Amino acid sequence: MTDTAYNFAYLDEETKRMIRRAILKGIAIPGYQVPFASREMPMPYGWGTGGVQVTAACLTPGDRLKVIDQGADDTTNAVSIRKFFERTAGVATTERTAEATVIQTRHRIPETPLTGDQILVYQVPIPEPLRFLEPRETETRKMHELEEYGLMHVKLYEDIARHGHISTAYAYPVRVEGRYVMDPSPIPKFDNPKLSGNPAIQLFGAGREQRIYALPPFTEAVSLDFEDHPFEASKPDHPCDLCGAEGSYLDEVITDDRGGRMFVCSDTDFCAERRAAGHAGRLAAPYEETAA
Amino acid sequence: MYVAVKGGERAIDNAHAWLAEERRGDPAVPELSVAQIREQMALAVNRVMAEGSLYDPDLAALAIKQARGDLIEAVFLIRAYRTTLPRIGASRPVDTGAMACDRRISATFKDAPGGQVLGPTFDYTHRLLDFALAAEGEPPVAATAPPDETPTPRITDFLGRDGLIQPEPATDAEPRDLTREPLEFPADRPLRLQSLTRGDEGFVLAMAYSTQRGYGRNHPFVGELRIGAVPVEMDIPELGFAIEIGEITLTECETVNQFAGSRTEPAQFTRGYGLVFGQTERKAISMALVDRALRWDELGEDDTGAPAQDAEFVLSHADNIQATGFLEHIKLPHYVDFQAELELVRKLRAEALASRREAAE
Amino acid sequence: MTMVHPIAPGTPPAVPGPLLSVDGIEKRYGARIGCTGVSFDLWPGEVMGIVGESGSGKSTLLNCLAGHLAPDAGRVLFDTRDGGMVDTVTMAEPARRRLSRTDWAFVHQNPRDGLRMGVSAGGNVGERLMAVGARNYGGIRAAALDWLDRVEIAADRVDDRPSAFSGGMQQRLQIARNLVTGPRLVFMDEPTGGLDVSVQARLLDLLRGLVREMGLSAIIVTHDLAVVRLLADRLMVMKSGRVVEAGLTDQVLDDPQHAYTQLLVSSVLQV
Repeated sequence: MTDTAYNFAYLDEETKRMIRRAILKGIAIPGYQVPFASREMPMPYGWGTGGVQVTAACLTPGDRLKVIDQGADDTTNAVSIRKFFERTAGVATTERTAEATVIQTRHRIPETPLTGDQILVYQVPIPEPLRFLEPRETETRKMHELEEYGLMHVKLYEDIARHGHISTAYAYPVRVEGRYVMDPSPIPKFDNPKLSGNPAIQLFGAGREQRIYALPPFTEAVSLDFEDHPFEASKPDHPCDLCGAEGSYLDEVITDDRGGRMFVCSDTDFCAERRAAGHAGRLAAPYEETAA
Repeated sequence: MYVAVKGGERAIDNAHAWLAEERRGDPAVPELSVAQIREQMALAVNRVMAEGSLYDPDLAALAIKQARGDLIEAVFLIRAYRTTLPRIGASRPVDTGAMACDRRISATFKDAPGGQVLGPTFDYTHRLLDFALAAEGEPPVAATAPPDETPTPRITDFLGRDGLIQPEPATDAEPRDLTREPLEFPADRPLRLQSLTRGDEGFVLAMAYSTQRGYGRNHPFVGELRIGAVPVEMDIPELGFAIEIGEITLTECETVNQFAGSRTEPAQFTRGYGLVFGQTERKAISMALVDRALRWDELGEDDTGAPAQDAEFVLSHADNIQATGFLEHIKLPHYVDFQAELELVRKLRAEALASRREAAE
Repeated sequence: MTMVHPIAPGTPPAVPGPLLSVDGIEKRYGARIGCTGVSFDLWPGEVMGIVGESGSGKSTLLNCLAGHLAPDAGRVLFDTRDGGMVDTVTMAEPARRRLSRTDWAFVHQNPRDGLRMGVSAGGNVGERLMAVGARNYGGIRAAALDWLDRVEIAADRVDDRPSAFSGGMQQRLQIARNLVTGPRLVFMDEPTGGLDVSVQARLLDLLRGLVREMGLSAIIVTHDLAVVRLLADRLMVMKSGRVVEAGLTDQVLDDPQHAYTQLLVSSVLQV
């Protein structure tokens, strides 16, 4: 049911036009952070206001929306954002990746490969990949302008010198088409390869920091590394305990207070579809016997 | 065995219902009306209007009620509501010099045309809990006098007449609008003032206080602090002239600060400026001090590295809605990021333990 | 003692032009003169010393030459690898920043200004290599270790941060960090200032070795005549923002013509 007190998808048309202009600019300059006049949304900054504004600017009445947080459709913030658009835009929603036309996500890229008919909208807390090396916006903008990215590799060098490995596990920076260094939002580095050459449009919205950036379809995004310490898209070395998938990203669940734990797909739709298709993991079935 | 955590939707609905009950509190106690909040919690209402950037005492009072008295939450409600309002036009600049002052004080001159008016202030109250307020009853009637029609020109104008204070050149240029454009640096003074007037009172206060303690000291005196009502006028194109569309209460503070000058340039005082919705004088004075600190560059002073001199630092952190949202978002699930780090830490530990074992053998 | 430098490897022998040509540089601070009317040529492999008391304008001049300050008048022509003599004053900011991390180097008086104090010694030396595209960790580390050795810092300090180093070590680390990419021109601002006398002597000795070995071109600003006597081929003496005397180092120091130079020379202990 649409709440008629507000415009379609909450934002007024002028604001949506302003956001669309920023999105188009972002698509024209892949990886470049476009400043935009982020609006105050009825959910807190840091809870997806950037993604919500980008989604609102992209949605049409015919769209089918999927919202995930940590890969799951049923996490509270995903539920809350999905409800917001059900109420303000009245669009159809889905939990199935393949059926969605617009997917808003926090921290994951779905396991099911995306297609050219889809838009993936990321919620971004800190869009600036150089932020924790240089806190000043005026300075980081200059570094991007002049392609002064040596400092990024200094950070990776320091990681290896200290730990023997690059110790960035999520929000792992990428170089886009050999030009801008970009923060892919806090997705696990396991997801980084899916950024590159993806047929879907990937849009990144940072509300509090007032930035939008984009990867157009089939854009190259290379994870920063060294020749002799190449990037590695790693994940916990287990199959999913519910669906048995070997190659999906996993959540770790503590099952008792004696060190018991299990690993399950973080992408709930992917896992459910596999189980529906008859795949089963170590702890999937039959429930009754193990419970007894 | 394992049941996935489901039912986020029901959990949220239940949480909201519980919240509504808690908001009401004990039903045996009479419910607060919005009018009661507006009239009796007026300074809270003023703060919510100022930081919410929306002058509407009734809505601010409603927001305070809805937020259970959490003023930042109330500001947030007002801001979110404000975003959806159509922008019909802009008023003419208000003339604070023609303010009908309830309060007007100067720390720089003992007396001036229009006089000093204490007004309804806490300043000289003794901070003793007044148990009479716990019992219900009307306060004694305050003395009244006919309104003083004498104009109250600004104190700094007297200094300006003799060239003793640095002038602020008049301009018709339309300032940029913080709520319609992204904040980019360097930010000019109109943008800085907009940011400060809606900034968190506690943050602006702390920044101002830091300048007094030497982190970017600028020797301020309160040249003038005035609180009162000003008419708001708007040009109506169909009419061809401006009409008064209402009246708002403002607090304005002008500080007179350390002088600049040299052998060739005659010495002049400088100023800081604060203007805030409602009776909000702590905020207005703080704003003037921070405004002044941020002007170091244009006034040819040294950047001492003080936080209050750093416009990017001050403006990026003054907004409590941005701050509280980002702070509280760490409550949201971060399973995925945490899992990624957990995996890495396990790997590093395994390698370190293995090499320690090797060394032991 | 005049030093003879070998021709820097890679210098094309055919066109022997100056590396840097400075023409009429002036910088004012309001009505006050920072420096004015400074012109000179610096040839490949040559070390130019600029001496004067504090306030003489020598640091202002150096900062104008290195692109840290915008002069109000004059040109600073640099013999770029691909474009020949180019005025670095009017050069676009990106090109100038590129120069300053490839062909130029700047050694600050205070090593804290030239080092990243939160980054290990190896990372400090490696940064310039990574900035110009080095992407092999092993190679970068080997280069860092080689340079730490050349500036006499023990290899086992490679992962320590400079905050744990003595002042002299920090300054040697700063020099290694600057020279690792083989710059063609090095600017030095009081490189031995703030160090104990014995530490200064060791650093000077090291610098002299590197200058000789690498055939460095350098401009060194100092108030210490001992530094220029050891390192500089030529000398400019500055007073009140102007060059009052210039010439071969030994000539200027042993037979000063200008009254101010005579005063300077006579007021220092013989070295």
